[in-house]
Amino acid sequence: MSWLSTHGVAFAIILPLLVAAVMAVFPKGRWVPWIVGLVVATIVAISAWTVFQTQISVGEFIYQMGGWEPPYGIALRIDAVNAPILLLIAAMAVMTMVYAQPATAAEISERRGPPFYAAFLLCIAGLMGMVVTGDAFNVFVFLEVSSISTYTLVALGANRDRRALSAAFNYLILGSIGATFFVIGVGFLYAETGTLNMEDIRGILANLDGGSRVAQVAFGFIVVGLGLKLALFPLHTWLPGAYAHSPTVVTAFLASTATKAALYLLYRFCFTVFDPSFDYVMVVLTYVITGLAVTGMIFASLQAFFQTDARRTLAFSSVAQVGYMLLGIGLVSVAGLAGSYLHLINHAVVKGGLFLAMGAMWYRFGITRISDMAGLSKTMPITTAAFTVLAFSLIGVPFTAGFVSKVALAEAAAEQGWWWAVMVIMVTSIIALFYMGRMMMVAYFNDPPTSCRNEDGTYRRNEAPILMLVPMVGLALMSLIIGLRGNIFLTDVAENAARTLIPGAGL
Amino acid sequence: MEFLFSHFNYVVVIILMMTGLYVVFASRNLIKKLVGLSTFQTSVFLLYITLGKVASGQPPILEYDPSTKSGYDEHTAFVEPVLIAASGKSYALPGQGSEILYSNPLPHVLILTAIVVGVATLAIGLALTVRIREVYGTIEMDAIDEQDLQYNLEGVEGDTASISAGAKT
Repeated sequence: MSWLSTHGVAFAIILPLLVAAVMAVFPKGRWVPWIVGLVVATIVAISAWTVFQTQISVGEFIYQMGGWEPPYGIALRIDAVNAPILLLIAAMAVMTMVYAQPATAAEISERRGPPFYAAFLLCIAGLMGMVVTGDAFNVFVFLEVSSISTYTLVALGANRDRRALSAAFNYLILGSIGATFFVIGVGFLYAETGTLNMEDIRGILANLDGGSRVAQVAFGFIVVGLGLKLALFPLHTWLPGAYAHSPTVVTAFLASTATKAALYLLYRFCFTVFDPSFDYVMVVLTYVITGLAVTGMIFASLQAFFQTDARRTLAFSSVAQVGYMLLGIGLVSVAGLAGSYLHLINHAVVKGGLFLAMGAMWYRFGITRISDMAGLSKTMPITTAAFTVLAFSLIGVPFTAGFVSKVALAEAAAEQGWWWAVMVIMVTSIIALFYMGRMMMVAYFNDPPTSCRNEDGTYRRNEAPILMLVPMVGLALMSLIIGLRGNIFLTDVAENAARTLIPGAGL
Repeated sequence: MEFLFSHFNYVVVIILMMTGLYVVFASRNLIKKLVGLSTFQTSVFLLYITLGKVASGQPPILEYDPSTKSGYDEHTAFVEPVLIAASGKSYALPGQGSEILYSNPLPHVLILTAIVVGVATLAIGLALTVRIREVYGTIEMDAIDEQDLQYNLEGVEGDTASISAGAKT
């Protein structure tokens, strides 16, 4: 085992934390902070890849912070569930970091450049910490590290759109309430079990057969707190504003990682720390989570349809897609969880790419409204092509990533005889066809504004810069690869994760 | 009634928590919202601290125990038990098994972290309020929403400000 495969977990968190502190006092400039940020993100991604490989070869492993043995010390625990998400976050960090150079040049004043990258690195560190840690209170700390940096990142959009400020404030209020609910839950859990290590809590709760009412209250608080963070349907009100008005690069990163990390925590707390074999957990999963998931899928899809702003449409669509993932949790079966997990990864790729494409459109033409997207296929062909592929993937057209995971979820629902859930998946996919189709119709079949016309009547091509195109096209290709060949590598990853979450259940 | 008095701290926690949460949602002034948020977070600190109290336990500071190996200064008397605790093998601090009863120090440590988090959140919230006041000229949520709506409607015709900022042809 190389140094990186032993210490890579801790290194991937500590490096961005340390560099962020230095970055915050950098002199103003465009290139130096970006290059440093990109190098750090790349190193983090390499560490995450090594950790992922190590996890595949040795299975579950525990990294003891400072050599203190669990349950007294803080342990970082890597298994089949969080290693892929760790890699996903690191990969998306690199993608968005590449894109950040032209995007920040247009959206963020030069003076705020280094603080922007510092907050970005803090956000990466926080999200990765949330995913790998095996200590319940440590989760809260990393959750707040990522959240607080996110509030500043969203507010930095004020240069472009002043509504970013009120959106950031809303996000701050609701995000802090969510985190505080979570920490109340952890407190009750500590009162019940006397430990903070997740494995330890699991063991003690299993002995107590679910524990007393204190544990039930703890579970309630934790689910509500995480629900706020992951935009569970009625608690999603912060999300559209924060996604629509923050800097484009931040939106892409948040949409593909922040809610996903919170969703991972929900997996952890519902299946590893608590167990569906406890009555109260089962009741919450079947009635509350599934009910809200389905309501959210329908309502958020409809809301997405009625938006005029393209980024708001995508934001509401994110709420609907979170509903799909929660439906997979609500099924409480290995197949359902595998589908949910698959959809988590696919949606991160797809929605990240879509927001990157929207950002490129804003960069060139300053547009966020659907009606302004007229004729983009002629003026920005590559961006529009990538957007189209990703939009198809979001809808769930065959041979794209979205199809694979939606079919997996529908199959899992059908397996349990939940035909109404299959119906809801179909119907919301059709609504997605309408709201994404509307954008593509405008982009393909309307004529570009006359200002984009040359004298001889041809349209002037105005493609996004290469640094924006590379991550965007990369994600579009990724979604195609998952759609065509995903069964080779990704399905196994998802199934392993689901089996780890529900041990003892065959497929 | 006696139940309330014997759980006095918890009663206070619940009252503070509900007050804070109510203020966050009921008031439309940004500063008042932050005050509510802080109250809400503080109630959680109190909850944790209350959990850590062991009935008739003393503050968790190691007692000097002359019976253990004493070196050239009093400090070394504490080194050994800490090392034992750190090794994680036989986890026996003086006090466990002995007649000295300590309160649980762990929640205090946790809450130190949570206080820092709370301060950071409050700082960001106040900074945002300052910026909102600069841009919108008000810190009343209703007025801000109204201006945002206005901004939305005006934007439909031609959002010239953002185009000139972003478009590079």
